[in-house]
Parts: sequence; structure tokens; C-alpha cells
Amino acid sequence: MREITYAQAISEAIAEEMRLDENVILLGEDVGILGGNFRTTTGLYEEFGEERVLDTPISEAGIVGCALGLAIRGMRPIAEIMFGDFLCLAMDQIVNQVAKIRYMSGGRIRVPLVIRTNIGAGRSSAAQHSQSLHSWFLHTPGIESVMPSSPYEVKGLLKSAIRDDNPVVVFEHKMLYNKKGEVPEKECLIPIGISEVKREGGDVTIVATSSMVGESLELAIQLEKEGISIEVIDLRSLVPMDEETIINSVRKTGRLVLVDEGVTRGGITAEIATMVMEKAFDCLNAPIERVGNENTPIPFSPVLERYVIPNREKIEKAVRKAIK
Amino acid sequence: MDNSVLIDMLKKMVTIRYFEESIYDVYTRGLMPGLAHLYIGEEAIAVGVCENLKRDDLITSTHRGHGHLIAKGGDLNKMMAEVIGKETGYCKGKGGSMHIADPDLGIIGANGIVAGSIPIAAGLGLASKIKNDGRVIVCFFGEGASNQGAFHEGINMGSLWNLPIVYVCENNLYGISVHQSRAQKIKDVAVRAKSYDIPGEVVDGNDVLAVYDAAKIAVERAKEGLGPTFIECKTYRWGGHHVGDPGTAYRAKEEVDMWKDKCPIKRFKSLLIKERVLSEPEIERLEEKVKKDVDVAVTFAKESPYPLPEEALEDIII
Ligand SMILES: Cc1ncc(C[n+]2csc(CCOP(=O)(O)OP(=O)(O)O)c2C)c(N)n1
Repeated sequence: MREITYAQAISEAIAEEMRLDENVILLGEDVGILGGNFRTTTGLYEEFGEERVLDTPISEAGIVGCALGLAIRGMRPIAEIMFGDFLCLAMDQIVNQVAKIRYMSGGRIRVPLVIRTNIGAGRSSAAQHSQSLHSWFLHTPGIESVMPSSPYEVKGLLKSAIRDDNPVVVFEHKMLYNKKGEVPEKECLIPIGISEVKREGGDVTIVATSSMVGESLELAIQLEKEGISIEVIDLRSLVPMDEETIINSVRKTGRLVLVDEGVTRGGITAEIATMVMEKAFDCLNAPIERVGNENTPIPFSPVLERYVIPNREKIEKAVRKAIK
Repeated sequence: MDNSVLIDMLKKMVTIRYFEESIYDVYTRGLMPGLAHLYIGEEAIAVGVCENLKRDDLITSTHRGHGHLIAKGGDLNKMMAEVIGKETGYCKGKGGSMHIADPDLGIIGANGIVAGSIPIAAGLGLASKIKNDGRVIVCFFGEGASNQGAFHEGINMGSLWNLPIVYVCENNLYGISVHQSRAQKIKDVAVRAKSYDIPGEVVDGNDVLAVYDAAKIAVERAKEGLGPTFIECKTYRWGGHHVGDPGTAYRAKEEVDMWKDKCPIKRFKSLLIKERVLSEPEIERLEEKVKKDVDVAVTFAKESPYPLPEEALEDIII
């Protein structure tokens, strides 16, 4: 199968949906002439023109609010927030407006809106350009959220997000943008709310998000040589969460390691752990292990940054602890 | 104006230029991680403004902050060490280029969030007013920042409470790839000052003396309790948005060349020679000295140790 980068998969997904539906439009900072700060929207301005691919002022609250207005008018806007950290500037629009309108209106107003943004440290971009803030959105009913782990996933999930009638936040990963992977040339849609078992195994389950899926899969290959058999699940969607796939796996392995790049405290891994305790406590043979960012901001210096963010060694340690 | 002031301004401008060129070099050789937003072409603004400040006056800066920090007296060794992530840097390697701060010099910090510092400046200025300590605040930002909500909220407070703030808008025509005309309808951001009922002035940001004069009046106004002033400095960044961006996808070469012809340093040098403040050989010696200082900073930074990894868990409640 052909291979394309994660960034190319994003442009391709948007282009395909824009060709299919003229209501789909893209807006954000530098998405037009530049083709995106991370080159995720290349060729779109050229193909669809400035009426459908809008370079906006540096106004994140404005971008999301404007996208919401468009959605209310029946369009299908894709709003790009260049770095996930800048979601903070749009939080009122996202939390108090976007997430609430369908519900507050008693279902009379629909919001088919996509917010594309990213997470991820590892580039020495320091405290204001490296955060992984996706778990905040668990705590705000009314928005779906996905975390694509590969070019294939990002294409399929983004296309589904664009077709979804509810607001969806797509958390891309900065370190994945240039990574290549197989993406089919034919139609590629991945339903939101379904996790995927990426590798089967019997000793321990890893549920991972975003770039941590790749790390976990590499680890699984490495530890197989020692006879440790790891099942790796790509969570894919935060909301709605595919509880069944996780529970089924834990019933099989009895051990669970949760890996997510966000700050560990109050994050998605805490949510999954609680869910498993509530629904499958009886089949756990060991305490659940969590791997995530230290409870600190992301420091600049590479030596400090490496220390706080999760990596393969840290996942390995957690796996060994879980199977001890 | 005293010759020593003129010479100091030239020295600072040349220092910024050579510091940034060294950063470019260090960055492209892979020694500097993260992002490097260079100030080349805009040196006259930071220098012309900060020359009017005392040590305990305060500045807030931006992602393109190296020039502001040097103009406010920042230590080259500690700056260079910080931008390459060393223990001896201003922030022990925790901040990097976009977050250098030195409260002892009134440098409240570079900032990675566009317009993030504008409301903070209101608080800094309100504290000056409450403490009645006469400290002036200079708040630097780009024209791109003027489209953020924080711009409006911050300046409205500054004007409402008559705070001792000088707003310095560095209009270099682009926010990353987006030309000003594609982000706002006005050409002069300074017209917005009117809506806050504060003075708004447009100056040639490549003319250090014009900037100096405008800032002098603004700082005096602030000290006299007359409230904020808005100064828009027209300028241009010679390079791309940061070192990795060639800056060619959205700007014509002719435009870049035209602005390079308006080099603020070249212009100021000719003036100083014409006015017999400095001779050509004297300028050369000054430049040699500056280069040596920056080279020393680069060596210092390279030879400094990295922080211990566990220090990542310090300076925070965990
Ligand atoms: C809130 C926020 N949005 C977007 C960015 C990304 N960004 C960094 S610099 C920049 C352009 C800023 O333009 P301007 O304020 O004019 O300053 P200049 O870079 O031209 O000096 C953008 C969009 C950011 N850092 N923070």
C-alpha cells in the first residue's frame, strides 16, 4: 500500500470532504497561503480558494466562535488551532458555547463543527507550545474528541469528524506530522467511539493514546523476545469512549497499563482506570499502572523535557511492574 | 543628545544584530533546540525605547524577545546559555528563547502567547500606581497581537486607570505568513489608541532617534501620571518567522530587499559618522568588541553544563 505522512493524510482528508460537500470550509491561522504551520493544509488554498480556506487574524476565540456561527448556519467548518496550547484562548467559546448549544436549545440547534489542534512535547518548544490538554475535554460534556495515532487513523477519524453532526475536537500529534504510514487510496472512514486492538497478547493490556500507541507497539515487539505477550489497544476516541474493547481485553489479560502523554493527574488514564475498577474489578490481577507526563509544565532544555515526558523505557517499567 | 547615549544605542543595536546572527549560526548547526524567532531588522525599536528606561522600569516581551532583553541590559552569557538549554542560563534551562526573564533587570519575560503580556502589563502598571514607585512599564507586541481579545482588555484597563504604560507595537507587516492587510482593515494600528482615548503615534521603526524621541515623551507622560501612550513602529523582519522558515512563500524578494536597504543600523552609523560622533575606524572597533562579547557568550553557553534532569521537578508544587 502507498505511504504518506500524517500531515499529508490530513490535507487529503480535508480536500476529499471539501470536494464532496461545499459546506465544508477551513479557517485558522496560516492555513491558507502557507499551507499550515505544520504543513497540514497544503494545496487547499490553491484548490478551493480564499472563500473556503480562510487565513484568519490571530484571534483564537474569534476563530472558534466564527466557526460556531457558520455551523449554526448549516455549514461544516473546520477550525484549526495551531498549537493545542492556544485552545486556552478559545476556551469560553468551546466550553460555554460550542459544547452547550445543542443541549441548551433542547436539540433544536446542531453544531457540525470540527476543531483541529494538536498535542505533544519532544521538540523543546517549552511550556506554552508543548502541552497535551486533551483530557480537559473529558470534563465538558457536549464535545466528542479523538486522538489519531497514525496517518491512517488521522485520515479516517478526521473524515468522520467532518461528517459528524456534533462538535468534534481532533487532537493531532506534533511529533507525528512528518511520520509516514500506509493509507489506502480508496475511501477511508474510521468511526468515532471505537478503539482498536493493534496487537493481540495475553499477559498484559496496554491502552495507549496518540503517539504512545507506536511506542507501546515497539515495546511489545521488544518484550515478545522475553516471552512477555502484550495486547496493545489504540484508544482512538476519548469521547465517546469504547469501554467494551478495554474491558474485554482486561478480562483476558487481568493486567492493565495506561499510557497517555498528558499530565498524569486528572487525566484520561485516571478516567479509564476508574471505569475498569467499576466494571471489571473482579478480573484485575494487579494494580493498574499509569504512564504520563510528570505533574509539571514542559521544560525547555532537552534533558529536562526528556525527564518529564513519557517514553518507551517508562512504559516498560510500568509493564514489568504490572506483570510482577 | 549626549554622544555617550548615541554610542550606547549603536552598540546595543549592533549587539542585537550580532547576537541574532550567532543564534542563526548556532541553530542551523543543530546546537539550539526549539524555535528561534529573530529580531534582525527591528533593532532600532527595542534600543530606542529602552534607552529611556531605568534599571527598575519594567518591560514585557514577546516570542521575538532577544532584542528587547539585550536593550534592557540582559546578560549575553546567561541569554545564550538559556537559549541552548544550559544550567547557567537565565531560567536554568527551563524557559528557553521564548521565556527568558530577569526580574532583577525588570525583564518580566519573553512570552510564547501572542498578546499574552498585554493584560499583565496592566497589573504591573497598576502596582506602580498603588505603590507610587514611579516605575514605568513598556509592553512590546506585534501588529498581529492587536487582533487578540487580550489586546483590547489590557489596553482598556491601562487607559481607564491611567497607568504608567508605554505600548510599543512593532508592526513588521506579517504575522507568520499573513500580511497585515489580510488580518485587519486598518493600516496604522495606532488609530486604535483613539478608542482608548490615549495618544497614539506612528513612527519610523527603523529610525532609532525617532523611536527614542517618541518613547521619551511617552515615558515622561507615564512618570507624570498622565497614563499610557501607544507607539506604533513601522518595521520589517528580514528573515522568516523563525529560523526554520525561509520566509519566501509569502513575501516577494523585492520587498525583502527594499527593507534591507532601510537597515536601521546602516542608517544610524552613517548619521553618526556624518555628525562626527564616531569615525569609521571607531565604529569598526566597536563592532569588533561586540563580536568578541557575543563570541564569549557562545563559548560560555556551549561549555556550560546541562541541568540535572531531576531539576525538572523543582520550581513547582507537585
Ligand atoms: C495565542 C497565540 N496564537 C498563535 C500563536 C502562533 N504565533 C506565534 S508568533 C505569531 C505571529 C505573531 O505576529 P506579530 O504579533 O505581528 O509578531 P511578529 O511575529 O510579527 O513579531 C503567531 C500567529 C501564538 N504563539 N500564540
